[in-house]
Amino acid sequence: MNGPQDLGGQMGFGPVAPEQDEPYFHGEWEKRALGVTISAGAMGAWTIDESRHMRESLHPADYYASSYYEIWIKALERLLVRHQFVTDEELAKGEVLSPAATPKRVLKAENVAAVLAKGAPCDRPVKGAPRFKAGDRVRTKNFHPAGHTRLPRYARGKPGVVEAVREGFVFPDSNAHGGGEQPQHVYTVVFDAGEIWGEGADPTLTVSIDAWESYLEPA
Amino acid sequence: MAARVRALETILVRKGLVDPAAIDAIVETYETKVGPRNGAKVVAKAWSDPSFAEWLRRDATAAIASLGYSGRQGEHMQAVFNTADTHNLVVCTLCSCYPWSVLGLPPVWYKAPPYRSRAVIDPRGVLEEFGLTLPSDTKIRVWDSTAELRYLVVPMRPPGTEGWDEERLSELVTRDSMIGTGLALEPAA
Repeated sequence: MNGPQDLGGQMGFGPVAPEQDEPYFHGEWEKRALGVTISAGAMGAWTIDESRHMRESLHPADYYASSYYEIWIKALERLLVRHQFVTDEELAKGEVLSPAATPKRVLKAENVAAVLAKGAPCDRPVKGAPRFKAGDRVRTKNFHPAGHTRLPRYARGKPGVVEAVREGFVFPDSNAHGGGEQPQHVYTVVFDAGEIWGEGADPTLTVSIDAWESYLEPA
Repeated sequence: MAARVRALETILVRKGLVDPAAIDAIVETYETKVGPRNGAKVVAKAWSDPSFAEWLRRDATAAIASLGYSGRQGEHMQAVFNTADTHNLVVCTLCSCYPWSVLGLPPVWYKAPPYRSRAVIDPRGVLEEFGLTLPSDTKIRVWDSTAELRYLVVPMRPPGTEGWDEERLSELVTRDSMIGTGLALEPAA
């Protein structure tokens, strides 16, 4: 979706302002936000793609006014309601009023090290050979889906060159919406800045994205 | 927000969906075990051992795992090497994708709109804000982490470090140098 998350090339947000000796957490609540978000995700009720889509579905004014842990928590509340683990009334009152759906699993302390060390690989076998090879000239498609996609707006409808053929990966555009993993080959595609940004672009700059096969057509 | 998170955790714990001790363990992991020192050791080894550097270039996930670093948000790694001609910079314009297994949790600025919006259109301006001015003819390659590949920049080894062991070299490798918003430190005079 053309949501607030799609930030590449947007203007007006000011300087980056890196913080010297930044702590890992700015307040105790960020620690709990991290842990709650990972623990709730470990219940297995939603995919990483669905959670990303929930975050980008926040109202733009809310998204831009929120820190990233705030974005996580606001989206997590919506995911928990959608999957019937909590109700809006429970969130409003801060108390338990009804039973929850049954999770696939609950992350226990003794399993944390193993779960984090394992991660959640999302490479998958793909039927058929890759359509493109390194060196091929391609053009990204121009589309504006209402749902989740990982093709940023700045890189739509642009000519580029396939630099590398990666593994097959779960397709977020379907997986975020319960449409299954439908894995596709993924390619690293490089664009000259001039093709993306036009007049005044930095002539020394190239930008790459990692693109699922269905984002691309031959050029 | 602190009260809101506390209420959410309380509800989830009372429903048996979340274990508060698991939250403690997660926080402890990213405060004490998984952070940019992991990545610094990977880079120092690549500087010291050409065969490891070649492995890192070819199969970063396996090469990094051989040092004990793997898992969440590091399942599919790619290492990108700075050269005299080309400087690499990593961003996630769409969310906050970051190689946790080697760099730990991302800093606030990495996840915030100023960096995410400008890294792909004005990287030189962004680097200036980190105090880094590159020569005007240096090529800049920006890697937008739009899929599940996670990128680790291998900065150039600083001059004056001949004969240093990996431990000592790793002290020169900053987090920012592995994102591309900095260079490796010069040896102290």
